[in-house]
Amino acid sequence: MASIPMEQGLLLAGVLFVIGLTGVLVRRNIIFVLLSLEVMLNAAGLAFIVAGYRWGQPDGQVLFLFILTMAAAEVSVGLALVLQLHRLFKTLDVDAADRMRG
Amino acid sequence: MNAVYYISSVVAVVATVAAVTGLNAVHSLLYLIVSFLAVALIFFTLGAPVIAALEVIIYAGAIIVLFIFVVMILNLGDVAVEQEKRWTVGKMWIGPAFLALVLMAELVYVLFQQTVHHLPGAGPIQPQDLGATLFGPYMLGVELASMVLLAGLVGAYHLGRRRQPDETAQERQEPVDAGARR
Amino acid sequence: MLHLLFLVPVLPFCGFVVLALFGRWLDRRQVAAIGVGSIGLSALFALLVGFDFVIAPPEGDAFSQSLWTWINVGGFTPHIAFYLDSLSVIMILVVTVVGFLIHVYSAEYMEDEPDGYARFFACMNLFVGSMLTLVLADNLLLLYLGWEGVGLCSYLLIGFWYTDPANGRAARKAFTVTRVGDTALLVGLLLLFTKLGTLQIQPLMQLASEHWVVGSSITVAAAGLLLGGALGKSAQLPLQTWLPDAMAGPTPVSALIHAATMVTAGVYLIARMNVLFTLSPVIQTTVAAVGAGTLILAGFSALTQRDIKRVLAYSTISQIGYMFLAVGVGAWSAAMFHFMTHAFFKALLFMGAGVVIVGLHHEQDMFKMGGLRKQTPLVFWTFVAGSLSLAALPLVTAGFYSKDAILAGAWASDAGGRWLWAAGLCGALLTSLYTFRMVFLTFFGEERTPYHLKPGVRLLLPLVVLAFLSIVAGFLDLPRTLGNQPWFSDFMHTSLPETKEIAGSTERNLQIVASLVSIGGILAAYYVFLREPGLVRRLVITPLGAAVHRFWFVGWGFDWAYDNLIVGTYVWVARANRADVFDLPIRAIALINQAGHIVLSRTETGRLRWYATSVAFGAIVAVGIVVFVT
Repeated sequence: MASIPMEQGLLLAGVLFVIGLTGVLVRRNIIFVLLSLEVMLNAAGLAFIVAGYRWGQPDGQVLFLFILTMAAAEVSVGLALVLQLHRLFKTLDVDAADRMRG
Repeated sequence: MNAVYYISSVVAVVATVAAVTGLNAVHSLLYLIVSFLAVALIFFTLGAPVIAALEVIIYAGAIIVLFIFVVMILNLGDVAVEQEKRWTVGKMWIGPAFLALVLMAELVYVLFQQTVHHLPGAGPIQPQDLGATLFGPYMLGVELASMVLLAGLVGAYHLGRRRQPDETAQERQEPVDAGARR
Repeated sequence: MLHLLFLVPVLPFCGFVVLALFGRWLDRRQVAAIGVGSIGLSALFALLVGFDFVIAPPEGDAFSQSLWTWINVGGFTPHIAFYLDSLSVIMILVVTVVGFLIHVYSAEYMEDEPDGYARFFACMNLFVGSMLTLVLADNLLLLYLGWEGVGLCSYLLIGFWYTDPANGRAARKAFTVTRVGDTALLVGLLLLFTKLGTLQIQPLMQLASEHWVVGSSITVAAAGLLLGGALGKSAQLPLQTWLPDAMAGPTPVSALIHAATMVTAGVYLIARMNVLFTLSPVIQTTVAAVGAGTLILAGFSALTQRDIKRVLAYSTISQIGYMFLAVGVGAWSAAMFHFMTHAFFKALLFMGAGVVIVGLHHEQDMFKMGGLRKQTPLVFWTFVAGSLSLAALPLVTAGFYSKDAILAGAWASDAGGRWLWAAGLCGALLTSLYTFRMVFLTFFGEERTPYHLKPGVRLLLPLVVLAFLSIVAGFLDLPRTLGNQPWFSDFMHTSLPETKEIAGSTERNLQIVASLVSIGGILAAYYVFLREPGLVRRLVITPLGAAVHRFWFVGWGFDWAYDNLIVGTYVWVARANRADVFDLPIRAIALINQAGHIVLSRTETGRLRWYATSVAFGAIVAVGIVVFVT
């Protein structure tokens, strides 16, 4: 049982989140985009755990479970979409699927 | 234990950066596993052993396995790495990195602007507390989460199904037509 | 019998509906039978009703027939209702009888038209029907309906030969110029309704005389606006310019417009609203002044025209000027009397001119006519009868009695009566001059264009009937100096105010002067235009004479002034405002939207990463607001 200041925990969550965000914005390969999204979700979960740790309440962990569920569902659908994308466009480039432009 | 936290933090950050910037998908996934394991350790130090276990099982286990399956199905080789090199040139990172830094700066500002600093943790949370809370006040949330999982299951099955060739051709036709009309 | 009144205006409308809907499947005999027959029956019922009215006057010397409620909104309930008193009896009799004769004449006159026979009679029926609605209307709203109907029909009929753009232009001009007056009338009606709360004429007059003081500004405004409407419809100064151009229509149309319908509507309106005009002496004096001015101006213009129909058109303007003079000086019955006699002789003159024009292969220039006295003796004699009546030959013609009554009324008037009388006398001299200039140029002298027409009975019968009426109608109202049988005046005074009397000896002197002027005018015309035609020719080629001739010929330059001042200004403004400045704010809204659309649709790149970047940017801004602003 460590005694970590809450700010440091949140700071770590922020750093991880921002790294994931940068990945989402930069990568063209859709697998890497999804991967970065997982990083972001994980960082959000970390923030809840830190908060729950700070107040000694189980609610933070409950919310982490929800995020976990959501991430699992998201990644399964997302990867199915990756398969479809590759089947239709013969590439993993997200910019290839840009027909819904104005 | 504090040392464990800080070392894990550094490992998590480095591994995540490596995962996000990597060129080879499988290598990136391995880095991601490392990142998730480090985060699991952090959870443990923060008094959430159940969550640490779930992190290992679901994130580092199930989700990464899904990714690896997909990478295997697509059977990407060295060509993909070359492609990644072309796609991710250095200057592309400037804009997003700037945005991310701004966001980070805002976050740091918020964190260290608070009047109360360096509060120690309140203590570990027992698994039975977690279970009682989960099936107590959050009952409805659990039900909704199950529905989300069901939807994810159905969606993944529907999307991942291999279509008949003529069906696929039809689907390809429609977006083209829609694009032409605009 | 009086309850048959509604048939008088309804029958022409029925004729119109039948001809307008089924006219193209009917042959000419059927069209003529329906077109003429509807007016004929209407005239018959008008005579029956009028006879009944005279023999057994209804209670209060007025009869009202309400057919149904037109509108019922918040206490505003105009009815489709007809009001018959001595004024409207005379109006419907003249309109239907003269209208019927014109229709009989048209049946033959229009027979060689290649097409539009049914259209012609449909419009003519509608014209008469609208005029009857106007004169019988119980409330001002129904009157306004008839008023606009008359304006519409004048447009349709003046532009009857619509393939020639000039005719269309004349029709539009008539419509536009009268519209100026119509707008004034409409505003007047709204004013009356706002102030007095009703549009029914009789209650309205009663309320006006109870609530409004003589000469107050409200009466001046109301009467002035009604006068504006009357000026437009009756072609008086300054809105007279449309009438000479209205000659573009077929000749029977001109006869109908000038004699029975349309131009007399203004006189009728003023006579009908006499209470209002009596309440505002300023406006009533204006009416008289306008009448006097118009009759002199139009007389001079008539003197210089070459086109026989334009002479008659200016003559009509001049004679309506007499009627305005009469109502302006309060000689109400004299105005209606002149309206009646004028209807007879002006219809006669137009129809006679029509026969002459057709006989000379549609030649309208009087200087190319001549010597027709021998070829068409019957037309000649009836035309002379009408002309004598117009020139007011003493004792034997109707025009003399009616014009004499007007001159006596002008003399008796308080507001500048002597001047008005002098203007009327001057107009009488001019009338004699231009009338007999027309007669001498057309029927005397040597033949200049060969004449070919053998008029049938349908052309000649109306001429004979009207010639008879032009002579004898005057005996309906013998002044005190000549038999003292003012039957017509007495009849009119059941609905119109009494005329101011003047001393018998004065009246006799006035009559002698007027007679001398009339005969002198005829003799002068004989001398100047028949015996010594060179005299006028020499006068016209002098610079001053040419200028004056030119000025009178174009109707005192009113058209020129309007074209330059009003039309020119309007066109200039329209040109200057070609880009439509006032539309710019509206268009700007559309342009801003369009620009926004272009910009925003650029943001829809379809690229996932672009959207993600946008979300991140939005998050930065939102968090920034929360952190730094609040």
